[in-house]
Amino acid sequence: MSKVKVAILGSGNIGTDLMMKLERSETLELTAVIGIDPESDGLRRARELGYLAIDTGLQGFLEHHADKADIVFDATSAKAHIRHAKMLKEAGIKAIDMTPAARGPFVVPSVNMGANIEADNINLITCGGQATIPMVHAVNRVSPVEYAEIVATISSRSAGPGTRANIDEFTETTSLGIVEVGGAKKGKAIIILNPAEPPILMRDTVYCLVEEGAMNEAKILASIREMEKNVQSYVPGYRLRTEPIFDGNKVTIFLEVEGAGDYLPTYSGNLDIMTAAGVKVAEEFAKNQLAKQLV
Amino acid sequence: MTNVRDIFITEVALRDESHAISHQYTVEQVLNVAKALNDAGVPYIEVSHGDGLSGSSLQYGLSRTNEMELIEAAVSVANQSKIAVLLLPGIGTVKELKEAAKLGAKMARIATHVTEADVSAQHIQVAKELGMETVGFLMMSHMAPAEKLVEQAKLMESYGADTVYVVDSADALLPNDVRERIRALKQSVSINIGFHAHNNLSLAMANSLAAIEEGATRIDGSVRCLGAGAGNTQTEVLVAVLERMGIKTGIDLYKMMDLAEEIVASILQTPQEITRDSLVLGYAGVYSSFALHAKRAAAKFGIDSRDILVELGKRKVVGGQEDMIVDVAAEIARAKA
Repeated sequence: MSKVKVAILGSGNIGTDLMMKLERSETLELTAVIGIDPESDGLRRARELGYLAIDTGLQGFLEHHADKADIVFDATSAKAHIRHAKMLKEAGIKAIDMTPAARGPFVVPSVNMGANIEADNINLITCGGQATIPMVHAVNRVSPVEYAEIVATISSRSAGPGTRANIDEFTETTSLGIVEVGGAKKGKAIIILNPAEPPILMRDTVYCLVEEGAMNEAKILASIREMEKNVQSYVPGYRLRTEPIFDGNKVTIFLEVEGAGDYLPTYSGNLDIMTAAGVKVAEEFAKNQLAKQLV
Repeated sequence: MTNVRDIFITEVALRDESHAISHQYTVEQVLNVAKALNDAGVPYIEVSHGDGLSGSSLQYGLSRTNEMELIEAAVSVANQSKIAVLLLPGIGTVKELKEAAKLGAKMARIATHVTEADVSAQHIQVAKELGMETVGFLMMSHMAPAEKLVEQAKLMESYGADTVYVVDSADALLPNDVRERIRALKQSVSINIGFHAHNNLSLAMANSLAAIEEGATRIDGSVRCLGAGAGNTQTEVLVAVLERMGIKTGIDLYKMMDLAEEIVASILQTPQEITRDSLVLGYAGVYSSFALHAKRAAAKFGIDSRDILVELGKRKVVGGQEDMIVDVAAEIARAKA
């Protein structure tokens, strides 16, 4: 089976984790890892694994190797992505944006993949968004959600310098995603860093207030369980920590995300859910492309 | 009234206090309290949701009144006091900070867990650009050794903080622990040093005095002890004690006593005291705002709230993780069933 060519832009934690996941993909062929620091761990690993390792940024890649990618994952920063998005669009390469830049439509694979498969730039919101929006949607498809609030707690060790320098982007982008993709009328997001050793697994709490009189416990519970399985199909370590709690028109859902341990250890569920979602989106797109070629 | 002050007190009752009354302040209450504090000569008055700007949430409790209205009200009656706001990056954002500054808030206190100072860079810098006085607020200071605290305080100093606070959010520090931390800071940073106490182990006053003796010049207090857990250093008492010690706060003691008795006391349904729940907060080293939430969870699951708090302490839960309370309560109830 032929594969769709992809490249990774950014050689930090996310980029390197993506590299390890893409090695296993049956529909995607990783060709290059693009960074700016030749000494970075990510580029060093890329060279060792025999991928093209570019240390002159996206510009350098597009000048000489533009034919080596149909899709580029951007795992740099929101600020850099604004520039990258334009360059990739001009080169006719699809962008999967792992930063909170929000240039293209927000996508959560278990919720709205189909509607956005043709978009030339797809944004994956945030790790907290990937973990919690499926649940907001699961509640909302049964009983309309007036207000959804999520609290993402991640271990300090798994929050990189980009997240830390711009933590507002997390809360703002996630809140927007809760509304646009989750379907809640209003959304709010909170992020907490916990430095405990050994590091804690990523945990998320989702609070949903449903419309007055619309609560249907049994159906919501079934919908939540079904969604858990759906997300598990691409993030195996995603699970409910305990039974959801129903209280009046409020549903509280407790989640935990254990990472696959590809690049960073398993506590980095926040990293894993982002890269797993990125690969899932690219694979769906690739299947679509390959199917078209067959016709 | 212009004052020479040796120590600058920040009154936190209109912020931290809201934990004790579940964030139920009204505009009228804030107007009355802020005006009286202003007239008594309190230099800084903090107004925000108990968990800082934008803290109104299902996680921490919904505010009865929009905090921006409360800030506006406090500003309107403060012709000598400066209004301060608290912001916890991850909960509030620069957007709310700008809104508060526009309404007349003059001091921004940016709070992070004691090991996570680097998330405050953006907010301290923006506050500076807005012309606000800036404070870095290192919460749960008991969870890191002095060297770590110094390293984090230096980060805040490098971002532009005018003051850095050691925040004993649980009242888990003993006076010698406070001395060690303030002394280490005094040797390493050139900005003002502050201390924020809680009173769960009845150590708020002793710890505040220890901090002052080691060189802290900014101290937080709450009138009538009205703050999370058993409250903070009781402001009117602190003013009296410092006056006896010949340390100038620039605050009128009688006016402070009067507002405590005549205005603030009636806001509370029950007087603040060290209950067994607040005692456990200090004993187990748990964030003081957890008290009311643990009490509710204990009632819901039919278990002892102390078991919840001690377990949370063991798990090294940090400030803001209120969702862990119900989670742990459910676990304890399950184990007992």
